[in-house]
Amino acid sequence: MTAVDQSNETSTLNLLGCKVNYRRKGTGPTLLFLHGAAGVGGWTPWMLQLTERFDVIVPDHPGFGSSDTPEWFDNIHDLAYYYLDFIKALGLHDVHLVGHSLGGWIAAEIAVRDSSALKTLTLTAAAGLRIPGVERVDVFLLAPKDVPPALFFDQKFADAMSAHTKTDAEVDLDLKNGYAFARVAWQPRLYDPHLDKWLHRIDVPALILWGDADKIVPPEHAAEFKRLIPQATVEIFPHCGHLPQVEQPQAFLRALTTFIERNGA
Amino acid sequence: MKFFGIHLMPYTPLDPKAADLYNSAWITLPNTYFDRDEGHALYERFIKELVAADALGFDGICVNEHHQNAYGLMPIPGVIAGALAQRVKGRLAVLGRALPLVNNPLTISEEYAMLDQMCNGRLIAGFVRGIGAEYHSTGINPTESHARFHEAHDLIVQSWTRPGPFHFAGKYYDFEYVNPWPLPVQRPHPTIWIPSQGSSETIEWAASADRRYTYLQTLSPTPVLRRYMDLYKQECRKNGYEALPEQLGWSTPMYVAKTDEQAYAEAKPHFDAFMNRFFHLTPEMLLPPGYSSAASIKMMRSKLSSGKRTMEGCIELGMFICGSPKTVRETLLARQQEIGFGNLISQFQFGTLPHDLTMRNIEYLATDVWPFLRERVAPSPEAVAS
Repeated sequence: MTAVDQSNETSTLNLLGCKVNYRRKGTGPTLLFLHGAAGVGGWTPWMLQLTERFDVIVPDHPGFGSSDTPEWFDNIHDLAYYYLDFIKALGLHDVHLVGHSLGGWIAAEIAVRDSSALKTLTLTAAAGLRIPGVERVDVFLLAPKDVPPALFFDQKFADAMSAHTKTDAEVDLDLKNGYAFARVAWQPRLYDPHLDKWLHRIDVPALILWGDADKIVPPEHAAEFKRLIPQATVEIFPHCGHLPQVEQPQAFLRALTTFIERNGA
Repeated sequence: MKFFGIHLMPYTPLDPKAADLYNSAWITLPNTYFDRDEGHALYERFIKELVAADALGFDGICVNEHHQNAYGLMPIPGVIAGALAQRVKGRLAVLGRALPLVNNPLTISEEYAMLDQMCNGRLIAGFVRGIGAEYHSTGINPTESHARFHEAHDLIVQSWTRPGPFHFAGKYYDFEYVNPWPLPVQRPHPTIWIPSQGSSETIEWAASADRRYTYLQTLSPTPVLRRYMDLYKQECRKNGYEALPEQLGWSTPMYVAKTDEQAYAEAKPHFDAFMNRFFHLTPEMLLPPGYSSAASIKMMRSKLSSGKRTMEGCIELGMFICGSPKTVRETLLARQQEIGFGNLISQFQFGTLPHDLTMRNIEYLATDVWPFLRERVAPSPEAVAS
C-alpha cells in the first residue's frame, strides 16, 4: 500500500507492519540511497543533482526519521531483509544501490543476500566490518559538540554544523535516530562479525568511495571491502572526512555517475 | 521501620586529577590508576565498616554491583556478601545484581541461592538494570535493557519457584534445562528489592499485586523521592491493595558529627569528591540510547548540564542528610512521617571519607539516630495511611 504526497515527492509504504517514509524524484535508472545514522532531513543539493539523471529513492530506514519503529526491528539483518521486500514491493529492478555509513553497511548486507534486483552497489564510508588494530572514534561516547569536528576534514563544515542550534523537533528526531542506530550498531560496535565471510557473494560491480581523513570509519575499511568484494573499485577523496557527499559533492557525484554510466545506466 | 547501611566501596586513593583528565571515573578512566598494592587494605577496611554497622545494631547491611570504574569496587558483589555472610547477624542485601548485563541470569539465581543458604534466609535479593555507563563497559545493548531485565527476572524467580528441570524459552535467554542446585532457604523466594533512581515503568512493574516488591528510591532530591513514593502507593491502590511500609525504601548518603558545623566541615571535601569525582559521568555515558525513554533522556540531559554539584546544594535538595544527631534525626523523622517508607538505607561512607570518620558516622547513626526513630515510628507492618 503506497500513499504519495506529490508536493514534496514523499511517499509512504506500509509493509510488514511498518510504515516507511521515502522520497522519490527524477527519471532515469533507479538509484536507491540508504542514509547514515543521522538520517536525512530532506532533499539535499547533491541528491537533487542526482535526480536530473536518475529516479532517486531515499527512504527513512525503519526506526529512523518519520518511519515507524516496528516490533521486529532487532538488528542489521532485519533492515537488509526489509529492504529486499521494499525493492520487491515497489517493483524495482536494475537498481543502483548507494549507501553511506550505516546505510552502506545495510547495502552490503542486502547485496550478500540477494543481488538479483541490483545493477551496481556503491559503498561510501560504509560501516559493517571490523579490522583489528584500526582505531576509530566511538560515536556512542562522543559529546554532541565533538561530533561535527569528528565528521569533517575541512573544519569550516564542522563550524557551520556547530553554529546551528537544534530545534526541539530536531532534538527529538536525534533521539529517535540514536535509538535506532544503537539498536543495530551498539554491539558489536558498528559491525557484523559474519559479514566479511559472505562479501564474495556480491556479483554486481561495486564502487567504494571514502574520505582519506575519515575518523568514524577509517579508510582502511575501503581497502578491506575492496579485498573482499570481487568486482570492486575504490576511489579515495583526499582531504575529506566521513561525509564525502557533503564535503566534496562534485567529486563524489562525478565518481558515482561515471561508475554507474560505465556499468549500464 | 528497618535501618540499613550500604557501602559503595569506592577507590578512595584515586588521583584527584584523574577523573577530570579523563572526563569521568567510569568506562575510560585507565585502570593504571588502580594501585594493586592498595586493594587488599581497602577491602579489609570496607568489610570492617560493614561488620561494625551490623554489630552496632543496624538491621541489615547492603552491597551493590558496579563495573569498570573508581566509583565502586564490587563488580561481583556476591564475593563481598559471601565474606559478610559468615560475620554478620542482620539482613544481608545485595542491591543489586544488574540483570540485563549478564548473558546467563541463572548464575545470579545460583549466587543468591547460595548466599541465602549461607546466611540462613537473611538475604535480600536486589534486582537492578545497572547504570547507563555499564552498557558501554559490558557491551550489552541499552535498547534491550528493560526487556532483558524483565525476562531475566522471570527466569530467576521461576528457577526458585518452579520444580526443575524445565525449559525457559525467552527472546534473550533460552535454557533447555533450568534446574538450579541449591535452592534458597526463603519460600517462595528471597525477599526482592528493586532499587532505582526513579522510573515509572519500574514502579508499575514492582507494585503489581503478584510481586509487591520493595521499591527503593536512591540518591534523589526530596521532591523526586516524594513523587516516586506516591506513584508507588498509587500503583498499589490501582492493583487493589495498600502499600505496606516495608514496600517503600529510601537510600541516601548521611553524615553525623557532634554539631552541624563540624559535620558540614568534615563531610564537605569527601562528599564533593563523591558527587563530582567518583560520580562524574558524561551524558553519553549515563544515558545511552534506549536506557530510558526518549522523553526521560531529554529531561535528564538538561539536568546534567547544570554543572558541578556542591554539598550545600545537595543538602538543600534533600539528597544528603548531614548535621548533628538532632538535625539528622529530626530531618529523617519528618521525611519518614511525610512519606511513610519502612526501610531507610544510609550510605555512611561516600567519596574519600576516611575510615575513622566513617566509623564515627556509623556509631552516631547506630546510637543517636536509629533508636530515636525506632521509638517514634511504628514497627508494625500496617498499611500506610494515605
